Amino acid sequence: MTFGAILTALVALLFLGYYTGRKRSISLSDKSNQRLHSLPQHYGYLIAFWSSVPALLILLFWSVLESSVINAAIVAQLPAQLQQLSADELGLFINEIINLSHSSAPISDDVKRHAVLYYKELIEFSDWVKSIVVFVLAFVAMFVALAFVKPEMQARNLVENLIRWAMIACASIAVLTTIGIIFSVIFESIIFFKTVNVFDFLFGTHWSPQEAIREDQVGGSGSFGALPLFVGTLLISFVALVIAVPLGLMSAIYLSEYSSLRFRSFAKPVLEMLAGIPTVVYGFFAAITVAPFIRDLGESLGLSLSSESALAAGIVMGVMIIPFVSSLSDDVISAVPQAMRDGSYAMGATKSETIKQVIIPAALPGIVSGVLLAASRAIGETMIVVMAAGLSANLTFNPLEAVTTVTVQMVTLLTGDQEFDSAKTLAAFALGLGLFLTTLVLNIISLYVVRKYREQYD
Amino acid sequence: MINIKKREELDIKIDKTVGKPFINDAKFSTRNVDVFYGEKQAIFDANIDIGKNQIIAMIGPSGCGKSTFLRCLNRMNDTIQDCHISGDIKLDDEDIYQRQQDPVLLRARVGMVFQKPNPFPKSIYDNVAYGAKLHGLAGSKIELDELVEKSLTRAGLFKEVKDSLHKPGTGLSGGQQQRLCIARTIAIDPEVILMDEPTSALDPIATAVIEELMISLSKKYTIAIVTHSMQQAARVSQRTAYFHLGYLVEVNDTNTVFTNPEHQLTENYITGRFG
Ligand SMILES: Nc1ncnc2c1ncn2[C@@H]1O[C@H](COP(=O)(O)OP(=O)(O)OP(=O)(O)O)[C@@H](O)[C@H]1O
Ligand SMILES: [Mg+2]
Repeated sequence: MTFGAILTALVALLFLGYYTGRKRSISLSDKSNQRLHSLPQHYGYLIAFWSSVPALLILLFWSVLESSVINAAIVAQLPAQLQQLSADELGLFINEIINLSHSSAPISDDVKRHAVLYYKELIEFSDWVKSIVVFVLAFVAMFVALAFVKPEMQARNLVENLIRWAMIACASIAVLTTIGIIFSVIFESIIFFKTVNVFDFLFGTHWSPQEAIREDQVGGSGSFGALPLFVGTLLISFVALVIAVPLGLMSAIYLSEYSSLRFRSFAKPVLEMLAGIPTVVYGFFAAITVAPFIRDLGESLGLSLSSESALAAGIVMGVMIIPFVSSLSDDVISAVPQAMRDGSYAMGATKSETIKQVIIPAALPGIVSGVLLAASRAIGETMIVVMAAGLSANLTFNPLEAVTTVTVQMVTLLTGDQEFDSAKTLAAFALGLGLFLTTLVLNIISLYVVRKYREQYD
Repeated sequence: MINIKKREELDIKIDKTVGKPFINDAKFSTRNVDVFYGEKQAIFDANIDIGKNQIIAMIGPSGCGKSTFLRCLNRMNDTIQDCHISGDIKLDDEDIYQRQQDPVLLRARVGMVFQKPNPFPKSIYDNVAYGAKLHGLAGSKIELDELVEKSLTRAGLFKEVKDSLHKPGTGLSGGQQQRLCIARTIAIDPEVILMDEPTSALDPIATAVIEELMISLSKKYTIAIVTHSMQQAARVSQRTAYFHLGYLVEVNDTNTVFTNPEHQLTENYITGRFG
């Protein structure tokens, strides 16, 4: 049976388990004239769980391990000289075998033909054993569980426990994925830092990752001073936040405190649409409209500016992230209890005094998390920067100059044909780690700020 | 929700407010006050005087418009979008709904304490200093400290919180929070204090503390209190007004209302035969 067929059968078993569990609990309680501890469906849920989930886990486990076991078996029966091949070449060979097994074309090479036949045999055998194991397990578990059903069994509490474990499983998957990503980034970075000194990377001011491919190539010694990139990232994000925070916060306050309900129900979705526009459109807009405008403005003031600048990218990015600030702030401001406002008005406070003194402090944690979300969006943004701020790694705090950011350089490091163990590609992981640490620090700072200034309302 | 009927449709007739709604030394006087929420009328033709340095209790079944009427007196109803008011409400012979009247200044003169304690999410000190800072009542930090201490003392809370003035006001117990709200109201030294069921969330001991507080405050302030407890009305107030389905049925000295009510509806209510 194929994976899909087994899965379907297990789902059917799940329903079967549910109904038999229900039925059995009812008939048992009727027979013994004893009140059920829980509702019949709780017994149903329990049986449904036991009749499908353990079998499903075995199925998944089997399917994951299957290919490596089969591959090892094929390699083991290959002629000796083929077994001497490197791991990469063996992998290619096995791939070829698998591909051949799917096609019906005759195979001339004896070794390969044997391998293909053996492979088909193994797969078929595995399928059989798998189906039998899974179904035997499912039915055994179901009948054992059914045997446990008694009217005094605390099915409701057991179901509650199951749900709890399901939640824990989901939460741990999310956490483990994050941890996995972090560790893989850390390990690759460590390899990178074996070739490039950590301090040279963090505080070096010269970024030109091109490496010499031939010994005699000119200007091709990679130099990995990432400081300009981080400064560029922070500069552009700063410009973006300078635009987005006041505009976003003010519009949130207007929408939640001043505007009529009708205007709000129209304006809020429109504002949120800003976040839905693809960033490449923003980049286009920045490069075609905003950047030339800034350049012309500079010229009329007697400055000669390049048409790529951190300012242009930052402004457009700021517009893009307004909804992150405004939408979250609007939600938390609206959630401040009306009693707070009434209390303040009853003291003879005006609307703006009430907003400043009572509402904003009460809503601060939510506002900060909105700003933080916006900031991480700005730090991670790539497309707008490529199009409007350029690729040149200048170490500058002047927003009128062209700069580049960490994410943009990561893209340029990894696009095109690359060796995966060259310093150039590994540098991308180091940059990623740096970015991760930057946002982590930002998060910690803002958590601290919120805890310090948070003002609880009940 | 109670279905408000026209005067003619009521089982028992409410012609005009019986008892003694008008007095000589009035702080507030309302004439022909109607209040609407959108299309729905919540108060019908309310005429009453509220005496200076007196406590007046407003009683009546739920939904009869007590809170609505109270909120007219400091224009808190202005903050509700579709609420409209007609008629005259005079504070010291000045119409508080006239065009020149600034509701913000009015509310500094007519303070309000709510049913549910609503301290601001700030420290105890800042809660009390809030109004004083808004209205520039204290010139210096020392004056402000004094004002905070004085207000808390008069609200009977100072002893309990003097070591935790900079802890959040929301960390206090319900009764303490309510006294904090009273302290912050008297800190701006209003002329009138409106209280909407100020003790309905409190236990008998905290209630007794607040009732005593009201009586001592009434020497200086005019107080209007909405309450569901007739004992409370009898204990603290000099005059009592009975509301029924948006109508002001009877106003009189508290004693008279409870011992010798004039109107059948009032009698039904105070003897527990309402409905
Ligand atoms: N914001 C509002 N919008 C619309 N109708 C309202 C509003 N507030 C009160 N009402 C209506 O006005 C009437 C009087 O309400 P009000 O709150 O003044 O009653 P109350 O006497 O204070 O009742 P309770 O003793 O339960 O507090 C009720 O019918 C109520 O449904
Ligand atoms: Mg009320």
